[in-house]
Order: sequence, then structure tokens, then C-alpha cells
Amino acid sequence: MTPGTDTAPPIRVPGSGVIARLACGVVQPLLSRTVRRIAARHPQLFARLGPHQRTDFLIDPVDLPFALHLRPDPAALIFRAVPRDAAPRAGAVIRGRFLLLLELMDSEEDGDAAFFSRDLEVSGDTEAVVRLRNALDDVDGSIAEEAAAMFGVPGRAVLARLRRAYSHDYERKTA
Amino acid sequence: MSLAELICPAGTPAALRTAVDAGADAVYCGFQDATNARNFPGLNFTPDELAEAVAYAHARATKVLLALNTYPPAGKVDLWRHAADTGARLGVDAFIVADMGVADYIARTHPQMRLHLSVQAAASSPEAIRYYCESFGVKRVVLPRILTIPEIRQIRGEIPCEIETFIFGNHGLMVEGRCSLTNYLTGQSTNMDGVCSPAEQVDYARHADGSMSSRLAGFTIDCFGPEEKAGYPTICKGRYTAPHRPEGYYAFEEPVSLNLSRLLPELIEAGVHAFKIEGRQRSKSYVRGVVRAFRQAVDDIRAGREANIADLVALTEGQKQTQGAFETKKWR
Repeated sequence: MTPGTDTAPPIRVPGSGVIARLACGVVQPLLSRTVRRIAARHPQLFARLGPHQRTDFLIDPVDLPFALHLRPDPAALIFRAVPRDAAPRAGAVIRGRFLLLLELMDSEEDGDAAFFSRDLEVSGDTEAVVRLRNALDDVDGSIAEEAAAMFGVPGRAVLARLRRAYSHDYERKTA
Repeated sequence: MSLAELICPAGTPAALRTAVDAGADAVYCGFQDATNARNFPGLNFTPDELAEAVAYAHARATKVLLALNTYPPAGKVDLWRHAADTGARLGVDAFIVADMGVADYIARTHPQMRLHLSVQAAASSPEAIRYYCESFGVKRVVLPRILTIPEIRQIRGEIPCEIETFIFGNHGLMVEGRCSLTNYLTGQSTNMDGVCSPAEQVDYARHADGSMSSRLAGFTIDCFGPEEKAGYPTICKGRYTAPHRPEGYYAFEEPVSLNLSRLLPELIEAGVHAFKIEGRQRSKSYVRGVVRAFRQAVDDIRAGREANIADLVALTEGQKQTQGAFETKKWR
């Protein structure tokens, strides 16, 4: 585990505790399978990460009941859902709405613009975050669509539903 | 009428393909080292990646310009010479240079290669620009962002090379290629190491009231209120307190981006040959959005139509934009 530097208090959302643990249990098998396949298809990702292949990233979609722990080490890849109250001490933390993080991963949104607007928060090792951003940005196409396609028609339907649900949820809250 | 070429940024091979597909006339990029002024972690091209990028761009009639626009420290010129040799071997269409030694090496060793003078050279007078043209065969100058359009028109009539101006993106008005602010705090040089505010020395802290501090090398350079838009963590855009300004103020510049979309016809009429979009450090999303918007605008102007450019303010620093000195010297 890399030394932690995130000092920002986590944003409290409904669904911590039992619900978070149940949600993590449901999505975890899918996450593990997905990240291994994506890594195998895009090996160039790892070169851009350089020394931060072994950094622990906490990716925190504030409107989901859990956070995500990523350690992009090609020799021992970790991508797992974690309840916020059991999250590892991370070297870098990336925090924002689920849909925004999804769109940033796919370069549908610009990370600098999301940072300027304060919709995206980063803390901890800034170089690690910059490297991860640049590594993901060098992938052609949509990682989310690619991941969904691994599960066929149901996978694509779930992704479409997630996009709609979290888009509408955000619009409702900001209206 | 000038050709109004659109010169677009690429920090990764995927961004280069995005820029080409979005309508760039030329794409500029750099190697993963100190030879260019965007030497950021995880960014830029390996020689193999550049070879593939050149092939992709040339197959679509797009040029590739290689930025070698930093200054070699005394006695350490080999990295720049090797980069120039590699770029020439890979068939890039031009080098963007700032240092006279680098320009001289390319002019002597690769005389067939086209040289563009980087904004980092800060050449803003006809005398300075003519010197680079006559001494090294420079074919194009990228003008510093400190000139009005009438001044650009006047310079155009007094120099033997093409003019390129920035039209969108990060707006830094320090004397370009001479700024030592980052060096002062971090020991790394924007001009020789290619890093302005190196990421490994930047950190952000969110406070309980929702405000956020940005720090460089442990020095707080700004604190944004809970609802306030943020800017880059660069010293020149920082906000500082002083005995006479206890509330905090922008001592050098403000976080704001250049956007000359409304001035494109006047720039073309003034003889500007190429329009440059800043942002090799930005995402494919930025490249796609900005290049498409300006491609449409330039095509409209060339066809005699009024350009109706998309709103790009969401992509600007601090979500604020300016026409800067291009509109008036009194802009700040």
C-alpha cells in the first residue's frame, strides 16, 4: 500500500454500512473480470503510468454507495469496490459524480474543465492522477462500452440504464 | 488571403488521431523528455508512437510538427540534437524551436527541414524575427500573445516569413521562454526541463467549509471558495495576500483562457497564416470539441459565411475567457 495523503473528509452519502457491503459483493466479480480484460486489450496503458503502477488510487463516485480501489499494477492488478468506511489509505483520491467519472474515463468530458468547475476533486499524489488521466486518455474508443460489451446485450442495457439513471438523478438534484 | 491553417495540440497518439479526424491541418506534439515545453508525466510520444502518428496524419493530408521548444542547458545539447535527428528520420513536417543553438544544429544538419520559431523564443519585433529568418532559415514565427491586431499587420509587412498566432487556450503573458517562477519554487525550469508547476510538487487540500487550496512545493498559491471556479496551479495565476492587499489578489495574471473566435476574420485579413490551439496537456474531449469548433469557423470564413462558433467557455481556465492584447493593450 502506498503512503496515504488524502486528508479531505469523505463525503457522506446514504448507503454506507450494510447496503454498501451488499453492493460491493454484487459488483465485485464483474469488476475483477472487466479490469483484467481491459488491461489485456490495452497494455500501452501501463507504460504511461510509469512508477505509479503500484500506487493505490481511491476513485470515489459520490453518488454510489461504495468507492473503488484501483492499483494498476500489471503483475497484480487490483480493482475492487470498497465501502467508504473500509476504504484503504490511498496515494491519490479522485472524487466526483459517477456519470462524470465514467465520462472522464472515456474522454467524453475534459478533466481540466471538470476540475475548473469544481465538479472533480483530486487529492494526494497529483502526479499519479495526471499519469492515470493521460494513460486512460490514450485509449481509443469507450472503455465503458467495451466493458459493457463483454457481457453482451445485458451489459449494454445495464450501462445505458446507469447513464440514464445517474444523468436524471443529477439533473433532479441540481434543478 | 492567408490559408488560415489550423494547428492543433496532441499529448498522446490517441489525441493526435482525434485532432486529425476533427479537421486539423497540422498537429504539434513532443517527445517524452525535456526537449519540449509540455514535459508532463504520462504525456507525449515515444519515437515508435511518433512514427505511427506521422503515418496516420500523412495518410489524411495532415502535417505533424515536432516541438523542440525548450532551451538546452549549457553543455547538454545531445538530447535536443538526438530528438531533431529522430524527428527528421521519422518524417515530421517541421520543427518548432526556440533555442538558437537547436535552430543552428537543424539548419546545418537537416537543411531540408522546415523550422518554425516557437512562442518560447518571445520574438515580437520585426528585427528579432528577421534575425531568426536570415540566420537559420525560419519559415514561420509563432507570435507572443502581447500584440494587437494592427501591430501584427504591421509586423507582417516587415518580415519574410509566415505568422502563426494562438487563438484558444491557456493564456500566459509572462515573457515567454524567460519565466523563472516555477524554477524559483521547485528548482525545475519551465524553459530547460519543460515543466511549469511539476505535478509531483502540486497538491490540493479540501477544507471543511468546501474551499480548496492549491499548493506548489508546499507554498499555497490560491484558495478557492466553495462555489468559486478554479484555475491551474501555476504561480503566475496565483492569488496572494500582501500587507496592502490583505484580501488576496492576482499579483501577476488571472486564471483565464484566450478565445479569439470572434477575431478570426480580422486576423486572416491581417495576414496571419496559421491559427494555433493551445493544450497538449488537455484531453481528447477538449481536442475534439475545440478543433471541431474552429474547423467549422475557419471553413465558414473561407466560404464567405459568418462564423458561428460553439460556446467553448466550459473548457476555459476558471471558466473565463478573454481576447487579451489582441483586442486591446488595456485588457488588464
